[in-house]
Amino acid sequence: MPEEKEKKMIDIYVMGRRYKVPEGLTIMTALEYAGYKYVRGCGCRGGFCGACSTVYRNKEDYKLKMDLACQTAVEDGMFLVQLPFVPSVRTMYEVDEVNPEKDDNILLEHYPEIARCVSCNTCTKACPQDIEVMDYVQASLRGDIDRAASLSFDCIQCGLCSIRCPADIKHYHLAQEARRLKGKYIDTLSKQLKERVKELDDYVYDEKFKELVKMTKEEIKKVYDKREFQKGE
Amino acid sequence: MADGYPEYMRKSIARLESTREERAKINFERMHADESDKLLKKYHPDYREEGKQKLKIGASKGEKVPLELLALLEAPSLIDPSKINLDQIDYDVDILIIGGGGAGTVAALWAIKEGISPENILIATKLRHGDSNSMMAQGGIQAADKKEDSPVQHYLDAMGGGHYTNEPELLEALTTDAPRLIKWHEELGILYDRDEDGEFIELPGGGTSRYRMHSSGDYTGMELMRVMRDESRNKDVPVLEFAPAVELLTDKDGTVTGALLMNLETNEYYVVRAKSTILATGGFGRLHVQSYPTSNHYGATGDGLIMGYRVGVPLKDMDSVQYHPTGAAFPEQVLGLLVTEKVRSLGAQPVNDDGELFVNPLEPRDVEAASFIRECYGRDKGIETPTGMKGVWLDSPLIDVLKGEGTVAKNLPAMVRQYKRFNIDITKDPMLVFPTLHYQNGGLAIDKSGATPVAGLFACGEVTGGVHGKNRLMGNSLLDFNVFGKRAGISAARHVAKASKGKLTLNHIESYDKALRSAGIDTETASPLLLPEYRGKKVLERHLDIEVTL
Repeated sequence: MPEEKEKKMIDIYVMGRRYKVPEGLTIMTALEYAGYKYVRGCGCRGGFCGACSTVYRNKEDYKLKMDLACQTAVEDGMFLVQLPFVPSVRTMYEVDEVNPEKDDNILLEHYPEIARCVSCNTCTKACPQDIEVMDYVQASLRGDIDRAASLSFDCIQCGLCSIRCPADIKHYHLAQEARRLKGKYIDTLSKQLKERVKELDDYVYDEKFKELVKMTKEEIKKVYDKREFQKGE
Repeated sequence: MADGYPEYMRKSIARLESTREERAKINFERMHADESDKLLKKYHPDYREEGKQKLKIGASKGEKVPLELLALLEAPSLIDPSKINLDQIDYDVDILIIGGGGAGTVAALWAIKEGISPENILIATKLRHGDSNSMMAQGGIQAADKKEDSPVQHYLDAMGGGHYTNEPELLEALTTDAPRLIKWHEELGILYDRDEDGEFIELPGGGTSRYRMHSSGDYTGMELMRVMRDESRNKDVPVLEFAPAVELLTDKDGTVTGALLMNLETNEYYVVRAKSTILATGGFGRLHVQSYPTSNHYGATGDGLIMGYRVGVPLKDMDSVQYHPTGAAFPEQVLGLLVTEKVRSLGAQPVNDDGELFVNPLEPRDVEAASFIRECYGRDKGIETPTGMKGVWLDSPLIDVLKGEGTVAKNLPAMVRQYKRFNIDITKDPMLVFPTLHYQNGGLAIDKSGATPVAGLFACGEVTGGVHGKNRLMGNSLLDFNVFGKRAGISAARHVAKASKGKLTLNHIESYDKALRSAGIDTETASPLLLPEYRGKKVLERHLDIEVTL
């Protein structure tokens, strides 16, 4: 077990003010250690939700870096600030009413500013998920919904790309629409699922369930214990 | 690569390395049944009687619940009813949905399909729309849609997994609705992993007798949640973020007629009147039951349990909590993250601070978890992290010793990548693990329509109990919020047609406070918790309770 004195303390600068915190904390837990209680800027604490976008600069470095506060360790001399909110607009659309087969380029229609992309790649550099953001913007521009959707799959919608973009593109909203269009119109849908839903519409399992729900614990335990397991594939 | 482990941990790792060669030869004996029974009773959180207590008041009086929850259930309200003006109604809606995670969002979308106009719905949520455990679910969602499978088989698997404590009618709803919900997901454009014919690639899960787990990479929950949120935005459903409900409102007969919300930034309250109210507040992982780390999101403080219990909804199976034996304990960045059981299947051993193997690596999950806990807190041979928690080593490099160089890299690529981000190479160094609090098995009682026994109040998702009994199978929680979000949304919408605009009172708070006093309960706590406390102790000791007015 470590003694208190063994924990090395480092300096961090939260919005310019210096605090001493133990090494090995994340930006998020370091701020809490320093006495900040989160209301905004904190969500899943596991790298899935994009609530804790952070801008920081390392000691003696001039570059601004972006990452998630819950997924980044604090370093000695780090200057940091968290973004509570990203004020970006999105386009409303009815997913049932658009049709990528008929419509030439829905994404460009809904997000015309993608035509202003200057290929500076700042969005890609800002992405904490290492997504090729600029590439999916370019794919969207070409009307390649499938590629835009696939490239953007890991997006947690933190908004760092859009905050940095000189062309004011709303990358993560664009990508959300691309993925839904792929899921609904490009991917082949399941036949087995359709058949199972038809069976349910025809009440195929109702009789069996009438028996099941009435069973005593002992009766159902017997059925359970006799289950056969599907062989591995 | 920089060193991801602090220096003091290096000393412990050196002890582990010094015994590796000898340990590789040891086949640690499995525990006898009486031995493991004793271990479980003493160390498994669910068996620790001192971890629970019987409720002294309310609809589930006499039932045992975890102490951390009991402290909040048996506590007065955060608000003083005499200081609240309920005559000024800020939002007058058909349906109020409390909670903007999966369950609440699904409920809104189905209420709209049932004919409720979006502007007559209000989603009030504590953090942002979508901040929820739904977002974090990685593994997948169960639905019996393959030829060799059936909803009946799904029902059996879940019933056995739940130790036969599940409510049959709720489980029937869960398993028979499942394929329809996946069909709805196809219509929404949710991406699933499919083969070249468009059929779903389905995997088995713990306790499932068929390959039934649908997934979307290892971001299944995020994909569901972000699409549902997108659809809700397209429908223009009003959402109040950073505005948690602090209490429900009732009329003189106890019918729920809305809720009192609080703006977390200005501390102003808002009065909401609603014909139907849906509690979709999620689970309670952030109560850290028995001091466990958790895989849950920041807002998972069980608020809905408190508010629901105060208006008279009973609790189901509230004594059981789901823990997973190997959650990451270090680095802090991945705290609570599940470390797959495959690491132990391949030969990694759990090792204590002295470099000793202390348990067979492949005991059943609850036994394995209990032995880790004993090592840390019974024998004091755990390794403490910079944030003050403890864990034991999982000696992953041993896998390469036993099975040949490169086995870890080849078989555990995702884990290798995850740790590499924090400068830990698990092919060369061990991982620090400890059981993690994963899911609230029990919760508010509902019927199959998503209605609670209290008029005007519906509930869905992790806040409810009965669907999973005392143990939930993997892949049934994403399904749960879909099935019961839909059912609660439809039921709430139908109730709107029958309900008139209710009177608003906080009478139930006054009677609850009276019941607390009669039971002789005197506490400094007030509830719901709203947000957990993680500020540094040294800062809190010097905290001045002064409100600064500008």
